[in-house]
Order: sequence, then structure tokens, then C-alpha cells
Amino acid sequence: MDFELDQDQQMLAKTVSDFAKNESPVERFRKLRDDDTGYDPAVWQKMGELGWLGVAFPESVGGFGGSFVECALVLENLAATLVPEPYLASVVLGGMTLLQAGSPEQHAAYLAPMIEGETTLALAYSEAQSRYDVSAIETTATPAGGGYELSGKKVWVLNGHNADHLIVSAKAPGGVTLFVMPREAAGVSVTVAKTIDGQKAAFIALDGVKVAEEARLGQEGSGAAVLDRTMDYAAAAAVAEGVGLASTMLQMTVDYLGTREQFGVKIGSFQALQHRAVDMYAETELLRSISMASIVRADEDDEGTRRADISAAKYQIATGGIWVAQQSLQLHGGIGVTDEHDIGLYFKRMYALNALFGDEEHHVARFARVGS
Amino acid sequence: MNLTFTEEEEAFRQEVRAWIQEAMPPAMRARAEGSGGFTPEDSATWHRILYEKGWVAPHWPKEVGGTGWDAARRFIFNEEMESAGAPQLSVFGLSMVGPLIISFGTDAQKKRFLPKILSAEEFWCQGYSEPGAGSDLASLRTTAEDAGDHFVVNGQKTWTSYAQYADWIFCLVRTDPKAKKQAGITFLLIDLKSPGIEVKPMQTLGHTPAFCDTFFDNVKVPKDNVVGGVNQGWTMAKALLGHERTLLAMVGPCRNVLQKIKRIAATKTVNGRPMLEDPVWRAKIARLEMRFRAHLMVSYRALADQQKGKMPGPESSILKLVGTKLVQEMTELGMEIMGESSLTWYNEGVCMPVEESIGPYFCYERAATIYGGSNEIQRNVIAKMILQLPSS
Repeated sequence: MDFELDQDQQMLAKTVSDFAKNESPVERFRKLRDDDTGYDPAVWQKMGELGWLGVAFPESVGGFGGSFVECALVLENLAATLVPEPYLASVVLGGMTLLQAGSPEQHAAYLAPMIEGETTLALAYSEAQSRYDVSAIETTATPAGGGYELSGKKVWVLNGHNADHLIVSAKAPGGVTLFVMPREAAGVSVTVAKTIDGQKAAFIALDGVKVAEEARLGQEGSGAAVLDRTMDYAAAAAVAEGVGLASTMLQMTVDYLGTREQFGVKIGSFQALQHRAVDMYAETELLRSISMASIVRADEDDEGTRRADISAAKYQIATGGIWVAQQSLQLHGGIGVTDEHDIGLYFKRMYALNALFGDEEHHVARFARVGS
Repeated sequence: MNLTFTEEEEAFRQEVRAWIQEAMPPAMRARAEGSGGFTPEDSATWHRILYEKGWVAPHWPKEVGGTGWDAARRFIFNEEMESAGAPQLSVFGLSMVGPLIISFGTDAQKKRFLPKILSAEEFWCQGYSEPGAGSDLASLRTTAEDAGDHFVVNGQKTWTSYAQYADWIFCLVRTDPKAKKQAGITFLLIDLKSPGIEVKPMQTLGHTPAFCDTFFDNVKVPKDNVVGGVNQGWTMAKALLGHERTLLAMVGPCRNVLQKIKRIAATKTVNGRPMLEDPVWRAKIARLEMRFRAHLMVSYRALADQQKGKMPGPESSILKLVGTKLVQEMTELGMEIMGESSLTWYNEGVCMPVEESIGPYFCYERAATIYGGSNEIQRNVIAKMILQLPSS
């Protein structure tokens, strides 16, 4: 049993952390949140050159043969300054889905250029009614002329407004099936929606979109199992990002308690606030610890083992992570609820992560079914 | 990062598991599977069985009677003991004064005390708190006056748990009344058979014979019984507190209670099916179980540090805080699951034996957030030492 990062992992964490601090402070996020794209393609390309986009992928698809742990390290450290590049959407949601379901040709066409930072991906899996059930979809894929015709509506597609390629789930005659297509394919229309955390997502309408058979990822009916696995990766990724958020919020709050004065003393000397800060510390360490388990287990093939820790970790985001976010705002007082102060930006991001890839009740129920 | 045990470690686990099943006397095993309510005699019996096997103090250095196991094996051993529901051993000798004597005691003290702690010939209790010194421990007033070759001790210690079964008590006493609070305190080992000592047991909420008041009236204590030097008691107390924090992580009790409440939930019905299959009740159990997993990972991190010969990281400071709260929540859920049966109080043949253990344990562990430094004091310490918040 060992919780320490190896040397390469430590180096990666430090490089990403330095980048976040020096090259992408929160002001950069603030500037880009009003931008139509929301991130900088040149920075994305740089991430590709640095190898960050390929850490979790095997060498056979152009990656660097690491594990999901590396992926999580990048996310955790990017979260510290809210770096807006679409790592979660493109690398985790798009990339891990392609890795699982794609053929070597599809890997070469869609995954390899993303790993290099040339393109980005988006996964269009959710629909207005489906919540966290990847099978509860109404989008159809009707066989036509040797290929398929897709029609339906996808919601909250992260990076869907920018992605070069979309991976779309649809019901084919054989069941839930995944397809990959250019965002600019005929019949795809994208509406941009703003999200609570200052980012953007896409609502995507598919109106008789024609794709060739080669656009299908794997067999008909194999999509739900792939998406379920992707959701596990995504939940573990969200938790890792949440660790970055929570520890940053805790540090900001402790710093604030140590500088802000009222009644002639530092407010951090008040026992009521000290105890609150200690409880924030406890929740953050519980989160960090269970996140370690979940990112290691994300690569585990045994479903029960994998899901027990991932659900426990996502549950800790919903309980401890959210609580840390709430208390960090509360302890900052009035300044905390201004847009001018950064703490609220982290707060909102935590809520966004909480709502994605299974909320509290979803993971409680799932753990109750599979756990122990 | 790697969260699995090696093949050798898993083989060790099987060895320990098999041995426990074989070594536990049938009556004790029946109680472990039933109520799990052990008497101090059970605990002493199990202590002697482990001693015969050479497994009673895995955390001690090999030279003084430890097993020489690494941290992972010690951890596996504890896990297996907990899963088997084996009686808990008295911690005062094995986990408190023993390690302190090993670190700070004289050779004569090591020779005199350690073998008898191991063999269960002598049991220990702790004399820290006083009626006027609880969380503010340094305000203690029990005095030890210098009388040449010995001290004369006067005063009262309280919450001296299991003193009625103990042979010795380790005490914090005031040796320099003029020194500043923490400075004039000494760590003293006192034979409970000394003339002038009176032990008065006190009933706890759980009706387990745990607490005692212990009175000292002109008790003569040899000067050789000082550990760590005269007026160095506060340093000793702090060293001991470090042990206590991981000792009170409650991983074992949590695992044990979780097993029990699942067993109980499997026998009760709600909406025409076992509670354990009802989504609402499954969810209630799942929430605590998920939190337990996170807590377990914090304790694994401390373990992994120890495995590498390092001090556990600062996160280990939250173990007592989180674990004691969690075990209380678990026992509370146990009571809730039992419904009307949670009324039962030390009956025989009324409820299932496993149900009988919940109420008393629920009551007893209300103390968990108080003993070993109350959780509020823990928060004060963490705020200052780890978060480095300003003092008032």
C-alpha cells in the first residue's frame, strides 16, 4: 500500500501547478468567461506539446502509457486557478470513450490529433429527460443507405460548441450505440448555453444527420456499457478537480481568517471560526483521501471494486466538498458574495461538478446496490 | 500509488484469520458472533492467548517483545482481529504506558514493567483527569511532594477507566507547585496496592464498569518510578497523546458496528421486505459506509507513512475527530434500525444477542467524542498546530 506519487508523477503535478500559477491565474479565467470559445486554442496546443493530453492513454494510440492517476493530477492542479481549457470534456469524456470503443482507425483519426492538441472532443450523451441514466435516451440512429441517420436532441454537451468531433449516443436497432462525427456535419445545429460556473456548454440538435457505418464506435448496442465506464472515469475526474478546488478554498479561507480584523483582532482567533476551519480541513482531507482511492480504482476492471470507491468519492464531493464551498463563502463574509472576489468562482465550480456525472442520491443508491 | 496488499501480505492475512478462529475459545467465539459484549475477564483471557502466541504487542520493537512485523502486517492483523470480533485488549499498558516506557523509560523500568504488561500479569490504568482538570489538564492539583528517596502523593484522579481491574496507574502529578502550569508536572508510575489508595468504580451510561474515581492519601511512591525526568511530565503527556490520536481512529469499532447493523437490518422487515433490501434503509447505511471508506483511506495514508518509517502526515490529526463521530452515528443508526427493540437493556432471550449489544455500546460511545481530548480540544489543537490560525 502506497499513496505516494512516483517521481514522474510528482514532476507532472509540479509542472501543471506552476503553469496554473504563473501562466493561467484566475484573471485569465475571468477574461475568457466572456469569450465565445471560453478557452485559448494556443494554450490547448501547448498542453498537447507538453504531453498533458496523452498522459492516460496507451502508446498505441499516441499517448504516454500512464494511468488515470496522471490524468487526475493534471485536473487537480489545473483546478487551483480554474484553468478553462476543456480537459475534462475532451480528454476524459471524449478521449476515454474513444479509447474504449474505437477501432485503431478511429483512434488514429480522432484520438491521436486530440492528444497532440490539434483538436478537441465532446461527448453528447445526456438528454433533457435522462438525468444520470445513459440509456434513457430518445435520439435515434436509423439504418439508411449502408450507414445511419441520427435525429434527436442532446443537452449540456461540455465543449460541444467548440469540439472538432462529437461522440453521440443514439438508439440503433441493436440498442444504445455510439457514433463519432464532425461537429460541422450537415444536420447538426449547436446552441450555446452559459453555465453557472462561468463556462459554456452546447445544446445540440441532430436533424437527420447522415453518417457512414465507419462512424459507429464498436457494435450496435455496446454504447451503454462504454458510457457507464466513461461516467466512472468522469466522476473520478470531477472528484480530482474537486480536491483542487476544496484545498484552494480552504487555503484562501485560512489566509483570510489570518488577515481580516474585527473587534481589534484577527477573526481567525475566534474559536467558532477556528472550529469551522478545522472541520473544513477534515472534509478536505477526507475528500483527498477517498479521491486517491477513486483515481487508482478508475482503471480497475472489476465493476464492484471500482464503483464502491468512485461512488464514495463522488458522495464526498456532494457532502464534504459542497460543505467546504459553502463555509468558505460564509467565512469570507460580504466580500465572498461579490463577483469581484475569486472565492465565489470556486464555489460555483464545485456546484457544477456536483451536478455532473451523478449527484449525491445517484451515488448513494448505486453504492447501496454494489457497495460491500 | 498502489492500494493493494502484496501476495505475501494476503497470505499472512489468511494465516492470521485461520489462527484466530482456532485460538478463540468457543464461548468467546459465540459471544463475538452474538452480542460482542465482552467482560474484562474475556479481554484478559484473549490477552494471554495472544501472549502465548507472541502476538500481543505487534507495535512494540522486537527486542522488547514485539513481532517485528511491518506496518502493513500490523494493519492486516488489526483488521482480522476486528473482523473476527475478537475482544479488545486493554490499551493502557500495551498502547499507552508501554510505548512511553520503551521510548523514555530507564533500563530498569523496561525490565521491571514491560514483560508483565505483555504477559498480562499486570494491568494498567490512566490517572490524568481530575475533578477540576478536564480539558484544561495542566491545571491538575494532585501533588507529589519530595520526601527524600520517595514522593508522597495526595489528591484525586477521575475517569480512571478500569482502575478496579488494574494493578498499576500512570499519573500526571504536580511536583513543582511554584512553576508555571505545564512546567511543574511529572509522569509517575504508581502501584495501586500501595497503602492510601482507594478506587471507587462509577457506573457509565452504558452500564459498563468503566469509570472510577481514584483517591490518593499520603501514598509513598519510589523516585525510581518517574518516567522522563522530574517536571518533564507535560512532554511525556504530549508524546502519549500522539499515540492516542491514531489509537482513537475507531476504524475497528466502525467496521464492527457496520457489520452488526447489517445483520440486524437483514432480520427486520419494512414494506414487506428485509430492511437491508429497502432502498431507503440501504441508502442510510450506504451513506455511513461511504464516509467510513473515506475515513479508512485517511488511516491508510497514516499507515503507508509508518510503513516507510515516516511520521504520519498532518491529516492523521483528523482521525479521532472523524472516527469518533462516525462510530456514534453508526450506533445511532443501529438503534434506529432496531426500532422498538432499541428499548432493550441487558436482557437475555428477549432480542437477538447481537441486538443486545447495540444500546449499551451506543450509550458507552457517547464518551468517544469526549475522551482522549474532547473533539473541541482536538479542533483547538488542529487550528493552532496545523492550520496555524492566530491565537486570541
